[in-house]
Amino acid sequence: MVTSASRILATPPAAPVEGIRLDVEDVSHAFQLEGQPLPVLNQVSFSAAPGEFVALLGPSGCGKSTLLRLVAGLEHATAGAVRADDAPIRAPDPSRILVFQDPTLYPWRTVEANVALGLEARGLIKNQRHRVAEALDLVGLTGFESAYPRQLSGGMAQRVALARALVNEPRLLLLDEPLGKLDSLTRITMQGELLKLWQQARFTALLVTHDVEEALFLAERVIVFSDRPARIVADVAVDVAYPRHRGDPRLAELRHRILHLLGLDETW
Amino acid sequence: MSATAETLYARPRAAGRPAVSPLAVSGLLWLGAAALTHGVPDRNTGITDIAYTPQLAALQAGLGGALLAAGLLGGRLGRPGAALRRAGPWFALIAVLLAAWELLTAKLAVLPLPFFAPPQGLLEVYLDDWARLGLSLWHSVKLLAWGYLIGAALGVLTGISIGWWQQASYWIHPVLRFIGPLPATAWLPVAFFAFPSSWSASVFLIALATGFPVTILTWSGIAGVNKDYYDIARTLGASERFLVLKVAVPAALPHIFVGLFMGLGASFAVLVVAEMLGVKAGLGWYLSWAQGWAAYANMYAALLVMAVMCSSLITLLFRLRDRVLSWQKELVRW
Repeated sequence: MVTSASRILATPPAAPVEGIRLDVEDVSHAFQLEGQPLPVLNQVSFSAAPGEFVALLGPSGCGKSTLLRLVAGLEHATAGAVRADDAPIRAPDPSRILVFQDPTLYPWRTVEANVALGLEARGLIKNQRHRVAEALDLVGLTGFESAYPRQLSGGMAQRVALARALVNEPRLLLLDEPLGKLDSLTRITMQGELLKLWQQARFTALLVTHDVEEALFLAERVIVFSDRPARIVADVAVDVAYPRHRGDPRLAELRHRILHLLGLDETW
Repeated sequence: MSATAETLYARPRAAGRPAVSPLAVSGLLWLGAAALTHGVPDRNTGITDIAYTPQLAALQAGLGGALLAAGLLGGRLGRPGAALRRAGPWFALIAVLLAAWELLTAKLAVLPLPFFAPPQGLLEVYLDDWARLGLSLWHSVKLLAWGYLIGAALGVLTGISIGWWQQASYWIHPVLRFIGPLPATAWLPVAFFAFPSSWSASVFLIALATGFPVTILTWSGIAGVNKDYYDIARTLGASERFLVLKVAVPAALPHIFVGLFMGLGASFAVLVVAEMLGVKAGLGWYLSWAQGWAAYANMYAALLVMAVMCSSLITLLFRLRDRVLSWQKELVRW
């Protein structure tokens, strides 16, 4: 970690972007399930400063992913407001990109064509094709341009998904348990890479996870959610400078505190 | 997996590699068949003359000689040689079947003429009537191409429409449910007086027969697309046009090809019926014409041409699919 972080400082970002300021105000949301409303979010309010890395932590199925979909503009909140740089979010926009737990690459497209998707969708591909190669380089997949998704391992596929997001130079990256399905070793590697990408590009990052250690290792703030319908239990600032070390006693202390908040500290 | 396959294949090859190539054996069999055709006198029953026996013998002998030569040359023929070697057992089987057929019809008259034409009867048709048979083939292919392409295009468009737009689904779905299952040939009497010509009526019927399976499978393909694919594209700034053309359609292509395959089969059936009953050209017409004149050899000859045509068209479709869907892991090889 130390070496890679110092390398980042030595190479300034090619195209620095300004992260989005995100405001979630009093958001409540409910699904219609067989005619009955099923509340999933209960008066959630928080803000993320431009370029901030915020983790949303909570029990699985508590509604965190729904919150990301609201921020992405894929769904509309039943009540409350979601704003990006003070403008209400009404529809999806390439400045806010969602990365799923499954890489959901298009199996009929090569790695290169998958990464080019956003540029193609917006008609930018003719002039900016070079960005595809840059994004692939960023996630360390140069040389795999013409591979098909079925030929990739889980970690590689998720790297492609990250490249597909990053090629659009998002100002807000919404990460919905992006490392959730990877094996624990690949996961540790990818956490480091994710951090590196964030430090290079300075987008605002919103990471949904149910892994306390991951949240604390990556984020500047960890927002802890309750069971469904999710409400905010605590907003924990992770006051540890980067590069962080997994064995840092302060991280362990925060971990204990968060597990306590979730009622899971019996075995501490 | 591949390791086990290798050992499975390796064992019999190493142990029992044949001393004589199967290709040479099949060449000898063809030469034997030629000798049978040439040496045993034809038994003419008096109803139909058996002609072209020497030509058939010459053809069999020629093929036998070529196969024997190829068998003896072995590995020196390169890739086409390898393909030929794989087909060796089939060449042998066909030689035997042909000889049996020759024996049962022309030589022993066990199967009565003219209902069972001898092999040289078919040869006679191909040598004497190739112009008419060729023209019939051309008419069939043309009619089929028009009907199939129109039906497939409309089927894909309809399938996408009802898979994508609720309004389209609301209006088209009931019509589809009501009319789709009806065999296209049931429309035959209506179509032949409703359309200006029997040809255009047949195009309509073939298109109808093709369109139904293509529509249904395109629709189910579109409906089955992983919803996350759309979410991904939408967050990346895709327009609805992009979602349809670059997400829904490519994702549905495996289904669409199943529909195209089923539609092709249905179109063959309608083609033959339409040509037998209305259109005055094509292989179907040739078949019923030959039957009318009790020219059974012509019938078999036309059937054989038809089989080759249908099989080739299916092969063509599969080739196209293999190209388009090369990203899929496992495909059924045709």
